Amino acid sequence: MDDIIQEYEEKLPQRLIDLAVEKLGKTSQKKLREALDRVVEEYDASCIDPGESVGLVSAESIGEPGTQMTLNTFHFAGVAEMNVTMGLPRIIEILDGRKELSTPMMEIYLKKPFNQGKNIKENALLIKETLFGDLVQEFQINIAESAIEVTLDLKKMEALGMSKAKLMNLLSKGIKGVNLKEHKEKNMLILKPRGKVEELNDLYRLKEKMKGVYLSGIKGIELVLPVKQGDEFVIRTKGTNLKDVLELDFVDETRTSTNDVFEIADVLGIEAARQSIINEVLNVMEAQGLNVDLRHIMLVADTMCVTGQIRGITRYGVVSEKASVLARASFETPIKHIINASLTGEVDNLNSVVENVMLNQPVPIGTGLPQLRVKAKKESK
Amino acid sequence: MATTKEEKAEKLIERSEKVLKEEKKTERIEDPEIYVTRQVKSIVFGMFSPKMIKKMASAKIVTPELYDKEGYPVDGGLMDTRLGVIDPGLRCRTCGSKLKECIGHFGYIELARPIIHVKFVNIVLTLLRSICRDCSRILIPKNKLADLKRDLDEVERKEGVEARRKVVKEVISNLKNICPHCKAKQQKITLEKPTTFLENDKRLSPIEIRARLEKIPDEDCEIFGIRSEVARPEWMVLTILAIPPVTMRPSITLESGERSEDDLTHKLGDIVRINQRLFENISAGAPEIIIEDLWDLLQYHVTTFFDNSIAQLPVARHRSGQPLKTLTERIKSKEGRIRHNLAGKRTNFCARTVISPDPKIKLNEVGVPLIVAMNLTVPERVNEWNMQHLKQFVERGPTKYPGANYIIRPDGKKKKITEETKEAALEELQPGFIVERHLMDGDVAVFNRQPSLHRMSMMCHYVKVLPGKTLRLNPAVCHPYNADFDGDEMNLHIPQTEEARAEAEILMVVQTQLISPRYGLSVIGCIQDAISGNFLLTRDLSMPREEALDILFSVGVEDASKLPRKQHVDGKEVFSVVLPDDFNFSGHSRLCKGGQCNEKTHVVIKDGKLISGVMDKANLGEESGLMLRNIHKQYGADATLEILEKIFQLGTAVLFKHGFTVGIADTDLPTNAQEKIAEVLNKAEQDVQDLIMQFRAGTLELLPGRTVEESLELRILEVLNKARNRAGNLVEEYSDKKTHTIVMALSGARGNYLNLAQMAATVGQQALRGRRIEKGYQGRTLSCFKKGDLSPDAHGFIRSGFKKGLSPQEFFFGSITGRDSLMDTAFRTPKSGYLYRRLANAMQDLKVEYDLTVRDATKKIIQFRYGEDGIDVSRSQGGKLNVGEIINNMKE
Repeated sequence: MDDIIQEYEEKLPQRLIDLAVEKLGKTSQKKLREALDRVVEEYDASCIDPGESVGLVSAESIGEPGTQMTLNTFHFAGVAEMNVTMGLPRIIEILDGRKELSTPMMEIYLKKPFNQGKNIKENALLIKETLFGDLVQEFQINIAESAIEVTLDLKKMEALGMSKAKLMNLLSKGIKGVNLKEHKEKNMLILKPRGKVEELNDLYRLKEKMKGVYLSGIKGIELVLPVKQGDEFVIRTKGTNLKDVLELDFVDETRTSTNDVFEIADVLGIEAARQSIINEVLNVMEAQGLNVDLRHIMLVADTMCVTGQIRGITRYGVVSEKASVLARASFETPIKHIINASLTGEVDNLNSVVENVMLNQPVPIGTGLPQLRVKAKKESK
Repeated sequence: MATTKEEKAEKLIERSEKVLKEEKKTERIEDPEIYVTRQVKSIVFGMFSPKMIKKMASAKIVTPELYDKEGYPVDGGLMDTRLGVIDPGLRCRTCGSKLKECIGHFGYIELARPIIHVKFVNIVLTLLRSICRDCSRILIPKNKLADLKRDLDEVERKEGVEARRKVVKEVISNLKNICPHCKAKQQKITLEKPTTFLENDKRLSPIEIRARLEKIPDEDCEIFGIRSEVARPEWMVLTILAIPPVTMRPSITLESGERSEDDLTHKLGDIVRINQRLFENISAGAPEIIIEDLWDLLQYHVTTFFDNSIAQLPVARHRSGQPLKTLTERIKSKEGRIRHNLAGKRTNFCARTVISPDPKIKLNEVGVPLIVAMNLTVPERVNEWNMQHLKQFVERGPTKYPGANYIIRPDGKKKKITEETKEAALEELQPGFIVERHLMDGDVAVFNRQPSLHRMSMMCHYVKVLPGKTLRLNPAVCHPYNADFDGDEMNLHIPQTEEARAEAEILMVVQTQLISPRYGLSVIGCIQDAISGNFLLTRDLSMPREEALDILFSVGVEDASKLPRKQHVDGKEVFSVVLPDDFNFSGHSRLCKGGQCNEKTHVVIKDGKLISGVMDKANLGEESGLMLRNIHKQYGADATLEILEKIFQLGTAVLFKHGFTVGIADTDLPTNAQEKIAEVLNKAEQDVQDLIMQFRAGTLELLPGRTVEESLELRILEVLNKARNRAGNLVEEYSDKKTHTIVMALSGARGNYLNLAQMAATVGQQALRGRRIEKGYQGRTLSCFKKGDLSPDAHGFIRSGFKKGLSPQEFFFGSITGRDSLMDTAFRTPKSGYLYRRLANAMQDLKVEYDLTVRDATKKIIQFRYGEDGIDVSRSQGGKLNVGEIINNMKE
C-alpha cells in the first residue's frame, strides 16, 4: 500500500493523497490505485496553466471585495470589551506593512491546569504592564512645599503583591533627582525634587513622568482580559510583546500569537510572519462574510515576504524593487524614477506588463507569452 | 577626460544611426505587402550631453519670435519648420514629410551662462559635498575605496541607488574634512532651495560648479552609482538646452483666427528672450549686477520650464492667471502622460448608453440598438467567395440596415459610402478590399461596466440587434458586472481583427467566466423572481399536465418526455425536466439551516430528477452552492449556460402563471403578536431604566477594562439589541407564511426577516460607530429631550415600525445613521480603489512559468507551485478538489 502511495507522491499534493486514502477506507491495492488515478486525472484537469497571470487575478480577488467592505466596523472580541480594527482599514494596515498598528493585540493561550481557570487573574496581572500611575488613587501637588503627594491604592497593590518598600525602591530607580518619603499616618508618598523648583510646570512634568514609571509585568501590554473561549480560558491583551510573553512558563507557546506581523517576523522568523499575514487577512475577509480563496492571499503574502523581510505593497516596498523603470514610473513618482534611471544608465528590458502596454506591444503574459508567429509567404505572381 | 566620454557617446549615436539606415535599406527590399513586425527589446535611460544635444538638433533657435507678418514660422524661431510641422500643407525642412507623418525634431539654444538643472540639484549637492574643492577627487582615501565599493554594491543590490548614495554621504561625513589626495581644506556647502549653492555662505556660481564637476574622474562617479558613459556629472549643469519639437507643443487656432500657443512654447519664448538679453548685456560689458539679475531670471525660467510646481518659486502663469503646465506636470499624476496616455488607451469602435434588462435574450447576448448597430462596423476582407455577399451590403449603403459605411482599398485609403459614391464603390470592389459593414446578430462584442474591478467586468457577448435605444442584457449577468438598471451605463467594444475576435470568443465569452477565480463558484445564477418562482414551483406546487407543458414550452423546452404521464404533475417534476438526465446531486437548501435538515428541505437530485428539497438561493443563486458548479463540471460551460437560462426562465414563467405580488398587508400581524412585541419592548425599556438607576446609584456591575459610563452604554445597547432580535423572532413566528414577502425572504430572493420586523414591529436601535447616538446638543441629542436623559428614545432607539410610521425624533435619528453610512461609502471607495491599484501594480507581472513556478518579471521565484498545490481556483470547486466525490463516483 505504502509503495503505491509513494508512487503518487510525485503526481499529487500530499494533502490530496491523504484525503483520498481517508475517504476510501480499507480497500484492495487495485482499488486504491484506481482511485488515485482518478484523483490524478481530476487534479491535472484543474491545475493552472503556464502563462496564467496569477498575480493580477489575486490582486483583483482581494481588491474587488474591498469595495464591499465596511470601513469602520469594530469587532467586539469576546463580550464587548475590546475594540479591534477590522474591515478595510485592517487590510490596508497589513498590506501596507505598517509597523505601528492601530490596535495591537495578543491572544495568549495557557498550558493545561491554567487554561481551566487556575490562577487566571493572577497570571493575567503578571502579564499586564503596571505603571506607577495605575496604583495611585490620587495625585496632589503641594505648592507651598513644592512637593507631590501621592495617595496609593492599597487594594490594587495587594492584588499585584507589591509592598510599599518594593514600590518605593522601584520608583526611586525610575525617577532620579527626588527625595522620596513615606507619610507616617496616611497611606501616602511624598516626593520632593532635590534642588530648587523654579516653575510649577516642572512639578506637573514630574507628576506625568511618575505616572509612566514601570513597575512590573510585561512591557507593552496595556490591558489584559481573560476570556472563556470554547472550553478553555484565553487571555486577550491590548498591546503586544510576543517575545516576553512566550517566555512565561504558564503560556502555551505553540498557540499564542499576536496581530503584529513584524513582531512575529522578529521572534519567529519570516515563514511564521508569512503565515500570520495570511491568517490576518483571511480573518478580516471571513468576518466580513467575503469569500476569497486562500491561494490569492497566499500569493500576496509571498510577494511581501520573498526577500526575507516584510515589505508593504507601497512605492517604498514591493513596487520599488521592480526591475523595470517604466513599471515603477507608471505607479507613483514617475519623475524620480526616470531621473535616477538616467543617472545609472538603467536598461529596461520590457519583461513585464505595463511597459509593453505603453509601447503598444503584446504583453508577455497569457496568450502573449508564446512567441510564435506565422511566416508570411510571398504570393507568387 | 570628459570630452573623450562625449566622443564615446557620439560614436554610439553614429553607430545606431548606421544600423537604422541599414535596417531601412533591408526594409525597402522587402515586399511592402508583407507586414514587418518589429519589437522594441529594451530601452536605455541616460542623459544628453551638450554635444549630443547639438548633434541631434536640426536647428539652432536664436529668436523668440514665432511667426512673421504672413503667419509663416520664422527661421531660427521656436516654430521653425525644421523642428517639424503642425500646419496642414507645410513640409518639414528636416525630413520632408507633411503633417502627421513627421514626428518632429529637436532644436537647441546655447545658453549665455550655465544653468543648473532643477531635477538634479540633489545629486549635484551630494557630489559637491563629497568631492574636493580643488582637485575634485572623492574625499575618501584610496585604501578604503576597494572595501567600500564592495559594500556599496551590496547596498545597491538590496536597497537601491538612493541608499547607496546615502552610505557614501555617511562615510564622508565621518571623515576629516581634508582632501586625502591634495590635502586641501574643505568648506561647508549648502543648498539654498531651489537652485542656489552656497559655500561658506558665499554663492557658488554655476560656472564654478560645472568646473568642479567636470574634473571628477569616471571611477569616482561610479562610487555614486553614476555611469559616466550615460551621465557625466557636468551635464547636470546645462550649457545647451534642447528645444522639444513643435509636434509635442502644437498651437491651436482659435475661431477668431488667432493662434494660441502651447504652454511649453510660452515658456521657451521666455527662455530665448532672456537668453538673448543676457548675451547682449555680456557682450556690451554691462555691470555685473545686471548680468547676475538676468542670469537668475534665466535660471528661473529654465527651472520652471522643467517643473512649475517647485515650492520656493513663484508659479509661472498665463496672462489669465492660470498656471503653465510644463514638462513635469505633463508627465506626472493620473492626468499625466504616463498614466493617462501611455498606460491607458482610447479606442474607436465602441458604444456607450444606458442599460436595461431583457430576460428573453440569451445570457451571452447583448441587445444593441439599431442606431448603434448602424454606426459600429466590422471590417470584412473581400475575396472571391464573399464578394457577392459583401456587395449587397455596399449596395444598401450606410442608411439601410444591414449596410456598410466604408470601403478600404488595398493601399489603405478609406472611402466613405454615400448615396453618390455607392455606384463607384460597387464598381471598384474586388478581392483585397475591406468592407466595413454594419454590426449584425452574432457578431462578437466586448461588454464592460466600470469600475472594472475583476476580469468578469469585461466579457464577450454576441450581438443581438434590437429596436430601442438602450443596450440590453440578461438580468442574470448583472452580478459579475455589478450592474443595476437605475440609470447605469455600459460600454460595448467591437474587436476589429480576426485575432482579437478569436481571443474574445475563446477566452472572454460569458460562459468561460462562469466560475469565479476568486472563490471557485458560479458568479452567475438565478436572481429575484427566478429564485422565487423556482422556490414556489419546487416547494408545493402542482398543476395540470397541460399547464406544465405550456410553461415548459414558453421556456424553450421542446422535449418534455421527462414529464411523467399523469393528469396532475408535481412542481418538482416540472423542474426536473430542465435538468440533464444523468445528473446526481445532494446539497443543503436554505431551509436546512439550523440543523433542521430533513427530507423536505435537503436537496437530492438523482438521475436528473429532483427527488426532495426545494430550490432556493443556496443552490440557484450566484456565489453560492455547488449545484451550478457541479453541472458546470459535468456538462461543460456551454451546457451550463443553457440549463441556467432555462431554470431562470422557468422561474419567471411560473410567476407569470401564478401571480406574484407583495403589499403592505403582508406585514400585518395578529393582535396577540402585536401585544407580545409591545411587551418585549416595554420590558426592554424597563430594563434600561433599571440599568440607569443602578448607574445613578453606583451599583452598576462594571465590565472589565471599562469605565462606568462605557459599561452602562454597552449594557444598554445589548439590552436594546436583544429586544429587537426578540421582536424579530416574534414577527418570524407569527407572520403569515403564505404571503409573498415571506416567500421572498425564505427563498433568499430578496429581503429577510429583519427587514420584515423593521416594517411590522420595530426599527430598533440606531448605532453610530458601534455606540448609541450621542452627538447633538450639549448633554442631549435633540432639544426636545432633557439634559442627561439616558433613556432609549433619547438616544436613537426607534420603537415604531415603518408601517406604523416614525415619530419626528425617530425619523431624525434614522436620518443620522443613514447619512453616516453614506459618508462611509464615500470614504471607502477611494481607499479601496487605491489599495486595488497598488496590489495590481505590485503583482501584475507575476505569472506561472512553464516549469509551474510562479515568478515575477525578473524571473525571481515567488512560489514553487501556485498556491502550494497548483490548483486553479476557477477550475476548483469552491477552492477545493472534491476527492470525496471522485471516490464516491468510483464506488458506484
